[in-house]
Order: sequence, then C-alpha cells, then structure tokens
Amino acid sequence: MSDTILEMKSITKTFTGVKALDDVSMKVARDEIHALVGENGAGKSTLMKILSGVYPHGDYSGSINYEGSECRFKSIADSERRGIVIIHQELALIPYLSIGENIFLGNERAKAGVIDWHRTTAAAGELLAKVGLNENPNTLIADIGVGKQQLVEIAKALAKKVKLLILDEPTAALNDEESSKLLGLLLELKVQGVTSILISHKLEEIARVSDSITILRDGKVIETLDNASRQIDQERIIKSMVGREIVDRFPKRVSKVGEVVFRVEDWNVYHPQYEDRKVISNISLDLRRGEVVGLAGLMGAGRTELAMSLFGRSYGKRHSGRIFKDGVELHLHSVSESIEQGIAYVTEDRKNFGLVLIEDIKSNISLASLGKVSNGQVINQGLENRAASEQQQQMRIRCTGLDQVVESLSGGNQQKVVLSKWIMAEPDILILDEPTRGIDVGAKYEIYTIINRLASEGKSIIMISSEMPELLGMCDRIYVVTEGEISGELDREHASQESIMGCIMNHKRGTKV
Amino acid sequence: MTTIGRLFKNNLRQYGMVIALAFIMGLFQITTGGIMFKPMNVTNLVLQNSYILILAIGMLLCIVTGNIDLSVGSVAAFVGAVSAVLMVDYNMGVLPAMLVGFLIGAAAGAFHGYFIAFLRIPAFIVTLAGMLIFRGFTMAMLQGQTKSPFAKSFQAMAAGYLPLMDTRWGKLNVIALCAGALVSVILAAVMLHSRRTKQKYHFEVIPLWMDIVSILLIVAAINFLTYEFAGYNGLPIILIILVALILIYTFVTQRTIAGRHIYALGGNEKAARLSGVKTNRIMFWVYVNMGVLSALAGLIVAGRLNAATPKAGTGFELDAIGACFIGGASASGGIGTVIGTIVGGFVMAVLNNGMSIMGVSVDWQQSIKGFVLLGAVWFDVYTKTRSQSK
Repeated sequence: MSDTILEMKSITKTFTGVKALDDVSMKVARDEIHALVGENGAGKSTLMKILSGVYPHGDYSGSINYEGSECRFKSIADSERRGIVIIHQELALIPYLSIGENIFLGNERAKAGVIDWHRTTAAAGELLAKVGLNENPNTLIADIGVGKQQLVEIAKALAKKVKLLILDEPTAALNDEESSKLLGLLLELKVQGVTSILISHKLEEIARVSDSITILRDGKVIETLDNASRQIDQERIIKSMVGREIVDRFPKRVSKVGEVVFRVEDWNVYHPQYEDRKVISNISLDLRRGEVVGLAGLMGAGRTELAMSLFGRSYGKRHSGRIFKDGVELHLHSVSESIEQGIAYVTEDRKNFGLVLIEDIKSNISLASLGKVSNGQVINQGLENRAASEQQQQMRIRCTGLDQVVESLSGGNQQKVVLSKWIMAEPDILILDEPTRGIDVGAKYEIYTIINRLASEGKSIIMISSEMPELLGMCDRIYVVTEGEISGELDREHASQESIMGCIMNHKRGTKV
Repeated sequence: MTTIGRLFKNNLRQYGMVIALAFIMGLFQITTGGIMFKPMNVTNLVLQNSYILILAIGMLLCIVTGNIDLSVGSVAAFVGAVSAVLMVDYNMGVLPAMLVGFLIGAAAGAFHGYFIAFLRIPAFIVTLAGMLIFRGFTMAMLQGQTKSPFAKSFQAMAAGYLPLMDTRWGKLNVIALCAGALVSVILAAVMLHSRRTKQKYHFEVIPLWMDIVSILLIVAAINFLTYEFAGYNGLPIILIILVALILIYTFVTQRTIAGRHIYALGGNEKAARLSGVKTNRIMFWVYVNMGVLSALAGLIVAGRLNAATPKAGTGFELDAIGACFIGGASASGGIGTVIGTIVGGFVMAVLNNGMSIMGVSVDWQQSIKGFVLLGAVWFDVYTKTRSQSK
C-alpha cells in the first residue's frame, strides 16, 4: 500500500441546524482513484467543498492533513496553491473565451500583466495533447461539446500543477463513449502521479476504475471499501448507500398497451440559427395508450430536439410534418397549446429549463396549470395549496413545507417537483427527457415507480435516456435515434444494448456509403 | 438557533426597511425640531412624492421581469405636455384630455414593449432611446414654453382633498379619522385570515403574539397617519388613488395568474416559457402598464405644478428605480413586492424632505441618497449570503 496523501479527520459541518457532515474521516492514498459515493444530500459535495476551501477553515470542525501538514484553507486559491483542484458538476468555463484562455484563466501566461499569446497557445496545445483532446486552442468553449469541455477542465487543472484532482459527477452529462474516454484519462493521470477523488452516481464506472470507495450516507461515512482487485460490484455499493438491498433496480409493471393515441408523421425540423441544417429528418413514430416508449441514441442524436419540437415547437425552425392525437391532427404552435392538448415535456435540464429556482415548491408545481386552481384570473390559494400538497405527498417530495424554495432541495427532490408540475397538468402524453439524470439510486427507483403508475393509469410516456439499462428496464418499445433519424425500432424482446448499438452503427455506415 | 431568532432573520429584509424608515423619521423629528411630524409636513410628503411612488409600482413590475424602464420621466413629461396643449390651447375638457394622455402613455409603453418583448432588444437600450425620444417630443410640443393654467378639477386630482374638509371633531377632520379606523379593522381581519390559511396548509407561521404585535404596530401607524392628515386638510385625493393602486397591484402580483407569470418570467424565463407562460406577451403588457402609470404620473405632476414644463419629470426614473431596489427588489429579476417598493419610496421621500427642512443643500442630498441606495442593497446581499453560508 502506498503512503497517504490526504487525511480528513472528524469533519463536522452544520447548515442552519442540519448536520450535513457528522464526524467524517477519510484517507486517500497517493496515486489512487478514490471514489466517493452516496445518495444525493449524503454530504459528498459538502465534504469536497471543505477540502477545496470553498467553505473556509473555521466554518467546520475537524482537521485536514495533506502531504504531511495540516491545512487551513481560506479560499480555493489556497488549496489550488497546494495542488488540490476541484472540477464542479457545473463546469466553470467561460463560453465566449477560447479553450486556451480558459485553461489559463486566473493563471495567465503573462509578463508584467501583458498576456503572452504565443506561450498561451503553445502551452495550451501541449496540455490538450496530454488530455487527448484534438482541438485548436483558439476554438471557443461555446463551440465544443460537454464531453470536450470536461477535458478542457482537466487540462486547466493540469495547468495548475494538480496533485489531487477532485471531480464532481464528471460523467453525468456525457455519453458512454465520452465517459470511458474521460475515465481512461484518469487512469493515465494516475500513472503520472495525479491522485483523483471521483464523485459519481454511475456505480458501474466506479466499480471499474476506482481503487477504493468511500460510502457516505446521511453525512456519515458508512465504510471504505478496498477495490484494488476490482472485486466490488454495484449491488455491494448500493447496499451500503441505501442501507438496504435493492432487489430489483426497475420496479415491475404489467403493461396494458391500448390503441394508438399519438402519432407523428414525417416530422422535419431545422436548426434555429443555421436554418439550412436539418436537425430532425422524416421522423415518424407512434405511441399507444399505457405504453412507455424509449428514445435511445447517442448524445447529440437529436432526441431532445425532437421532443422539444413536438412540444409546441419549442425548438427549431421550419417545422414540417403532421402530429395526430386520438386520430385528430393537431397544429401546435406554442407550449400553451400543447399543454391544452394534453402533451407535456419534462426537460433534461431541470435547473435551466424546468424550475424557477428562487421560487417555492408550491409555485413551481402549479406554474403550468394555474388555470386549474383559479377562478377566472384570480388564483384560489386554497385550491392551489391543496393541489400542490397532494402532489407533494404522492411524489413524496421531502421538504420542510410547500413554501420551501426549490433551490435548496436535493437533485432528486427537484426532479420530483418538475414531474409534479407536469402530472398536475394532467397530460395524456408525457415526454420525459433524462428523468433520472444526476439523482441517486433511491430517488431513481421512486421515479421509475411513478412512471409505472402513470402508465398503468393509461397515460402514454416517451422516455429519453442515455442510460441504456434504464431504457431496457423500463420501456415496452424503443426507437433508436441516430443523427436526427429513426434508425431502428425494437420491442421489448429484441431490445438489448447490442441491438441498440447495432442500429446506431448500421445507420452510420449506411449514411456514409 | 431559537425559532424566533430564525424567523426574525428570515424576515429581516422585510422588517429591516420598515424599521429603517421609522428610525429615519424619528431622527428627522429630532433634528428638524419637530417639523417632520407636523400635519402639514406629513400631508406634503405624500403630495410631493405620489408620482414617484406611482412610477415605482410600474417600475417594480419591469424590474421583476429582470428589466428596467429609463423612459418613464420623459413619457410622463410628454403626456403632461400633450394634455396641457389640449386643455389650454384647444379648450378640451379635463376628462377627454386625460383619456388622450392615458392612451399616449399606453402607446409609448407598447412601443417600448414591442421592441423589448418581440424584437428582443435589451430593455436598457430601448428605454434609453425612449427617454431621449419622448423628451425631444416634449420639448418640440411645448417649444420651450410652460403651459398653464389648468382647470380647478384637474388640479384637484394632484393637490385636492376629500370633501367635507370642515367636518371636524375638535380640530380633527372626521372623514380621515373614520377612514383610519375602517382600514385598521379590515387590515386586522385580513392578516388574521391569512394566518389561518397558512396554518391550514402547515406553512410556517410566526407565533400568534408576534402577529398580534405586528397588527397593533401597523394599526397604530395607520391611525397615527390619518390623525396627522385629520389635523391638516383631511385626506388628499392623491392618497386615495395611491392606496387604491397599492391594493390593486398587490392583489395582481400576489393573487392572479398574470402576477404569477411575471414572477416566473423574471425568475427563469426559459422554464416559464416551457411551462406555457406566454413570456413575450407578459413582457409586452408589463411595459404597456408602465406607460399608463407614467401617463398618470405625468398628469399628476402637471396638475400639482399647475403647469406643463419641458423639464418636468427629469430624473424621475432614477428615483423610481431606487425605490424598488431599496424596497428589496432584485436586479436579476423575480424578486420584489409592491409594499416593499412603497416603503423604499418613502425612505427616499423622507430623506429628501427631512434634509430639505434641515437646510442640507441639494448637492449633498443627491450624494446621501446615493449612499442610502448602496447601503440598502449591500445590506440585502449581506443578509442573503449570510443566511446561505450558515
């Protein structure tokens, strides 16, 4: 066993009366990948914020020993000086600056305050090569995808001579291919002497790459598992995380599929800015009553764009094609028309597109269906509260009250608020875009149960997800979307990870010929 | 932390400004040798600042959407000028002239709203342009002259009092006293009712005694004010208009779908749009509303001065914006209340008034108001970050 690079001892941190961390101790060995897992709200991010100096010394009790001396970080700058760099879930890159400028932001290659552009570009190029990103350092961040942005973040950390790299959910927004590239890079860096602490909900990748795993639950360390021999499996981790064994990750549902209720024919959508670029081309699909239909595909395949364009043309320009519901053709030009027609879209990006974060739970839940709880234009507060509290109880949103601001809820509970909003609107067709992104195992199970309940009530659900096991476990039927087209339709018996990837690959080959 | 301490902290911002206002008034009462609370001065305070408060209400809606309106002073001046020309030069009746004024205000608001909401040009730029455009129109219309005088009925709106001015009990106007008592009863009933509703849905409520204390304090304040008005000419008509506007806009912002949509739009426009809120339309109507309130302010200014002047309304926009921010509105949108804005407006008004009585020169008054604005917003940010980190 190698020596210890970091030891956190008896860390306790309280937020207005709530203990976020309770006597937490953990040791990280030099040159290892140390995973930190736990449900949302277990205290992972808080612990890492303490380590990186976001919460300064004195804000918490306990001690941090790093490379043999005690640390009392007052700010992020202090921890970075010692080689501890944290990469947050929400990337800290400036979209309209170039990759090079971002890499050296706050750490500029300059002489007497004047930036040396040649040195910046050259050094950025070297770092990009190190992280395996083949991009021009002068490209704007806004022009590259999330996966590449994540690599830029790592390059930025390397520029700061990182010794201990903390990654908070680095693969949450990445597809499988990008994820494995990123994880491969971490393994490479490990050999070069960079220790990593990895926070992730994707247990499969944790089991695969990490050397040891610390599990937090309710602000306490449950245990630290040694995974040097890669013997630990997901079920073992889940058991510690939730404190019980989850027998089945996907709840059972007896599907009662009825007649076709929703049909899309020859749907075409063009890009909102580059109006010649076709994003969705000739897509036709149908959906039956009580059915859960999955949209599988790689990131950027056009699934979100398809869903949003169907939802009152909230994405894209120059739409063409026909939408039928219950046999009647619909002409939807706005979101409110879609809602009236019983179509709802639950966004993949709850913080930016789903919630008004500064408002309370009640207002967020009722926002899409205020008409239901109003007399004319005047909101009936009694009705509104009753409807919201019904949703809160049914969804089991854990909160101090309906007047709690949604910003302060955990990810899983925020997701439940977004779902509640749309369930209250009583749609017949519910499009769920990545409904379980960034939420923990327990909350995922609850969301699955809700989806099953809705389907058994006769609602029809389109589910978009980048996690294939989730689609395979939940859907009656799966459409595979590739480059804006449907490249395959698989029913439950024929759907598997291999058959989905097969559709994608065949289609790509087909278009190239 | 104890519950009371926490509740107090949560509502610190809300109470803070009221306490600050009371403190400033008390301070001026001492430094001005008792002039501050003379019935005549309190009456004047309302008469002099009514139009800023009216503008501030409209401005609050703009600010809640995350925008701003710099044109209100110019629009007010233009409306004043048009109605003055109609009444003085063309002998138009008071009501038709006012109606034309409101229509012009609405049109000016619609003009701004169209560019902001549908063409998506930043509000700061559109209304900066509007500020110049309508100031220019005003000057062109008046050709550098002052139009006056107006009919008595037009002046009454801005400077008149409720009838039965001389029905007195001792030295006090009976109407004002009765109004105070009536409002107290209604207010207490409303507050207790809302407490019961909150309890019904298990919302956090402050202990009963605290509610009773605050009701008593508010009732005392209202009756003190009406007592002051009673000691002079009774209730100013403009006060009635102002109270009506406060009630209407509080209701609209807190209890209607439109109000909820405005806050949702300011809090997260994309989420609001994807929830079916017609964001463009809401934004447009917020500016039309601002135009109409600017027109009202313009008419009141003209009526009060008994003249329309090319320079009328200069700097009003800044006072109105200041009132909103002192009153707790957030510059990034989604946060702010009508009542808060009115309190903020009075903080500025009392500062102006108190310093003038004390004989502080106008130059210094500006700077002091600037510091107060900065201090209030700093206090806001400070309490927010503290409540987050602890």
